[in-house]
Amino acid sequence: MVNAPLHIITLVKWVPDAQLERRYNAEARIDRSEGVLSELDEYPLEAALQLREAAADREVRVTALTMGPAGSSTAVKKALQIGADDGYQLTDDALIGADIWATSVALKAAVEAVAGAAEFESGEPEYLVLTGMASEEGESGAVPAQLAERLGAHVVTYATGLELEPERLIVTRSGGTESQKVAVRMPAVVSVTDQANDPRYPNFKAIMAAKKKPLTRFSLADLGLRAEEVTAKVRVLSTQARPARTAGEIITDEGDAGLKIVEFLAKERLL
Amino acid sequence: MSNVLVFFDVLGETLSFTQRELIAQAQSLGEVHIAIGAYQGDPTPALAISGVGEVYLAEASLPAPEVAVVDLLETAVAECGAEVILGSSTADVTDALARLAVRLDTGIICSIAALTGELLATKSELAGSYTTVSQLAPGLSRPLIATFRPNSLDPQRVDALLDAGDQPDGTVLPVRPSQGGVEVLHREALKVSARPALAEARVVVAGGRGVDGDFTPLEELADELGAGLGASRAATDAGWIEHAAQVGQTGVTVSPQLYISAGISGAVQQRSGMQTAGTIVAINKDEDAPVFEIADFGVVGDLHEVIPQMIEELRRRKG
Ligand SMILES: Cc1cc2nc3c(=O)[nH]c(=O)nc-3n(C[C@H](O)[C@H](O)[C@H](O)COP(=O)(O)OP(=O)(O)OC[C@H]3O[C@@H](n4cnc5c(N)ncnc54)[C@H](O)[C@@H]3O)c2cc1C
Repeated sequence: MVNAPLHIITLVKWVPDAQLERRYNAEARIDRSEGVLSELDEYPLEAALQLREAAADREVRVTALTMGPAGSSTAVKKALQIGADDGYQLTDDALIGADIWATSVALKAAVEAVAGAAEFESGEPEYLVLTGMASEEGESGAVPAQLAERLGAHVVTYATGLELEPERLIVTRSGGTESQKVAVRMPAVVSVTDQANDPRYPNFKAIMAAKKKPLTRFSLADLGLRAEEVTAKVRVLSTQARPARTAGEIITDEGDAGLKIVEFLAKERLL
Repeated sequence: MSNVLVFFDVLGETLSFTQRELIAQAQSLGEVHIAIGAYQGDPTPALAISGVGEVYLAEASLPAPEVAVVDLLETAVAECGAEVILGSSTADVTDALARLAVRLDTGIICSIAALTGELLATKSELAGSYTTVSQLAPGLSRPLIATFRPNSLDPQRVDALLDAGDQPDGTVLPVRPSQGGVEVLHREALKVSARPALAEARVVVAGGRGVDGDFTPLEELADELGAGLGASRAATDAGWIEHAAQVGQTGVTVSPQLYISAGISGAVQQRSGMQTAGTIVAINKDEDAPVFEIADFGVVGDLHEVIPQMIEELRRRKG
């Protein structure tokens, strides 16, 4: 179908601020008592907004979806301020300690629910899921492929550029040893890197407008999932903080610092 | 001992250091079988290593982002009864193994540094500030899937662990490339530098905005030290050096014996990619640059004066 409406669902994660000290708690879980919208999720959101703005003859909706503890609604609210049309938050105590496997099970059900709930004026929509290249704290980058596998969707990871065509999305990506341009059909999951764009900041008007945008909260039961279905396959047994790096010897160059570095390297047997 | 399946998304004429390292890791766990996605000609001569069992191939080469590699892996796991499946922690390998984990209904642990015989995985988390140990949930009788961070083993140990052996036979499995879905319109090989690959290099020389457009002095220093060449995002964004050289959160993670940081402020995103280096040497004009908080040896000075002097002194010492 040419120019079917497009529903872009962007996954936004609430993560501990990387600028501050991040730590594990006594249950070997990352301390999530405070957080921010992951910087790495601002790029897919910006990509979604740019696709919407470029599609003059097409109905495009940008939905922000998060899964996380109660506080994660702040990530969705920020996404609404930046420009998403509506937001969803999946929150449930059974998701505490979710691993990659459990996360993708829950997100699959959430994406399907969100896609199913949306109504479009111009017909049956196609959907596209955009994600960041990795989560800021787990950094595995494995969720997009797992989510796609579960949704039966196509997947392209590490996108550095996206362009919408009537029946497909053109994606530039950097594979391991080559740069690639690929065409992908919907439904698709595409992870977007920080090379793709420069995310915008919300202005005052957008912040005010966001207050009127809908934010829907749901639990696992609302998605028809039981706690056993999201039990993690991987358990963290122990965590140990590395001794923080401390500053060593700092000198000011007096015309011989190059020599001094080489002396240091020789002394440390690094030459 | 378990059966271990090692996945190479692409294999050239010879094994890379990382691929040799992966085989060495796998050998400590059990009998090693290998599945290969993309290759040219006959890939088996490169695998003439003692202890390598079956080599599994599809009916045609499957270059990434070909999704049929998952079919190949699933079939190979069924063939060899693998209890552990390993790959490198690169994007394309992670994509394939993550999907395989869904098919096998099992867990995946990414970017590990070590795996014991009891399948306890050690890895570094939160940008190197924690070390964690994890395993499959108790009672799960399923294969474990894991990706290894390169450079977790000493090269000399890798050499010592791998002995030459007979050339293995390739087993072609009934797997074909997929149709439609993701169509590759254009591929372009990235320039390969003659210097050591960044993720594998034992020494890394990295430059940032302070380099001011000209990487030549850093290239010379890297060559003097046999080092890989890295950069901050400010330098890659400015186009002074290719994006592949970026070290940090959204670039390459390195863990060399020695990291020389020149004209880089040391923002958290840069630090998270290099702070597990053995020794850090920093050169920066600004005595308040955050990089000095983690440097073992720091010079407050102009890199355009310090680096040429280093190169001269290194050459003098070499005689
Ligand atoms: C989502 C996200 C992801 C990011 N990922 C990465 C990443 O992976 N890697 C990364 O590096 N950054 C990353 N960044 C960017 C990071 O925040 C910093 O902006 C970047 O690292 C700064 O690079 P720089 O230190 O070279 O430049 P600057 O911060 O401009 O610092 C330049 C330094 O050079 C010094 N200097 C200048 N001239 C000289 C001279 N002649 N001699 C000696 N010193 C000199 C200055 O004193 C200064 O400290 C990311 C940012 C975001 C938001």
